[in-house]
Amino acid sequence: MTTIHVNDLTKVYGRTTAVAGLSFTVRPGMVTGFLGPNGAGKSTTMRVILGLDRPTSGTVLVDGKPYRELRDPLRTVGALIDAKAVHGGRSAHDHLLCLAQSNGIPARRVREVLAMVGLTEVARRRVGGFSLGMGQRLGIAAALLGDPPVLMFDEPVNGLDPEGILWIRTFMRSLAAEGRTVFVSSHLMSEMAQTADHLIVIGRGRVLADLPMEAFIQGSARAHVLVRSPRAAELATMLTGQGAGVDPAGDGLRVTGLTAARIGELACAAGLALHELADQRPTLEAAYMDLTKDSVEYEAVAS
Amino acid sequence: MIGSALRGAVLAEWTKFSTVRSTWWALGATVVLSAALGYLVALSLGGGRARGAFDPLFAAFYGLTLAQLALVTFGVTAVGAEYSAGTIRASLAAVPRRGVFYAGKVLAVALPAAGVSAVAAVAAFLAAQPALGPRGVGLGAPGTVEALVGGCAYLTLICLFATGVTTMLRGSARALGILMPLLFLGSQGLGNMPQLKPVMQYLPDQLGMVIIHVSGPPDDPRWARAYGPWTGLALLVVWVTAALVGGYLVLRRRDA
Repeated sequence: MTTIHVNDLTKVYGRTTAVAGLSFTVRPGMVTGFLGPNGAGKSTTMRVILGLDRPTSGTVLVDGKPYRELRDPLRTVGALIDAKAVHGGRSAHDHLLCLAQSNGIPARRVREVLAMVGLTEVARRRVGGFSLGMGQRLGIAAALLGDPPVLMFDEPVNGLDPEGILWIRTFMRSLAAEGRTVFVSSHLMSEMAQTADHLIVIGRGRVLADLPMEAFIQGSARAHVLVRSPRAAELATMLTGQGAGVDPAGDGLRVTGLTAARIGELACAAGLALHELADQRPTLEAAYMDLTKDSVEYEAVAS
Repeated sequence: MIGSALRGAVLAEWTKFSTVRSTWWALGATVVLSAALGYLVALSLGGGRARGAFDPLFAAFYGLTLAQLALVTFGVTAVGAEYSAGTIRASLAAVPRRGVFYAGKVLAVALPAAGVSAVAAVAAFLAAQPALGPRGVGLGAPGTVEALVGGCAYLTLICLFATGVTTMLRGSARALGILMPLLFLGSQGLGNMPQLKPVMQYLPDQLGMVIIHVSGPPDDPRWARAYGPWTGLALLVVWVTAALVGGYLVLRRRDA
């Protein structure tokens, strides 16, 4: 059971506070999505987890220890921070070999991970000529080198084609299914909706939400039930009496606070016919926009 | 534990250097330039008429003051490439203890630099002899062995100086911007201006010229230095230590 434990993390660069009092735990066996608008502090948090940036205050523990105290850290945490950060003149094989040697990982493992990401054919080619997708695969191969229980990916699908996105999504899901801790940042909601089991949403350096994906969507203010009935006025009175919030919406009613099933049962008991009873689950995108609309760092000013 | 971590770090750094072409260009150029300049300088000095005291060691080793620039490039890119390619983060995530990472870097620079420096110094000396013709000397000539040892030590140290400065400045361009003028300033004559000499003679390249016995005849007041080769070497070690410690402090304190 290897977790990432972020406790009251604050990081200040000069006069900019990147993250302020962030606390959360990333657990094994699932994909945890790390969501937030650009500039929310996702990359900063990941850099601090990896010991690259020093926290201004607070602590970050991986497997119960600060990252810098991990022995051969690639065997505990594999990270893809920036896939473009490779020396263009070095081959894919040699790039991985440097990392492997620094952590006492045998050279045979380099060939294994290259095969896992499908780069065996181009292993001896210089990475300067790699496409974006190949570079991304190389970055993931690097993360897998130490067969680590924890994997972190910072914006892994940025700039990838649909095939590459699908590949990475499938890959992350299978890593989580193996019991690993998978922590993925993204600002793409649609991507997270299909990948993550759990969400941590941050905005302006603070945690806005930390809950299972399903609860996140349901908990959004936009979750409601759309009801149409020829006897709408009576229905509205009855539902309000049951503690629901009822607003007119077009030729129907927008009901919050009751499930669709409960509304149906109540209507049946009252002898009120329903022409439509529809659960309106907001998309992750909508839920996210609601949550972060006050915390977007650079919002376009409406003209 | 530190031992195996450091061994891994040195090995990884050497793999980084040896798997890019620029390393082999820089190291190769150091040897080729040393030999070629040794030959050419010897040819131009040895073939001409003797003016005053002729120093066969000067002819052989003067070229090292230029060849050093190739080796300095190796010392710079060893660290600078991590910043220009952005690999510094992946490298530090792999070796998060900055002291171990830096020690690995410095050792992986120092060992090949020392080897190449030794080859370059010997190559310069040997290449100069045929060009000097009858004025050529053997290894037994006074000061020769000292100059060879000095040349090897000087080139190695100046390469490490470059590594330290680049780590402090976190980038090749900035480092070369400081190092190139610094290493040329003295050689271009500023070191001999009476008003500046008291200070300039302690710059690394000026120390180097004394260490490799090419600062001119010591009995000539224009060339006289306030120190001899061995003191010069000690002073250079002070420079290099300062640069390396400075690099370590920057690496330890700054976010990657």
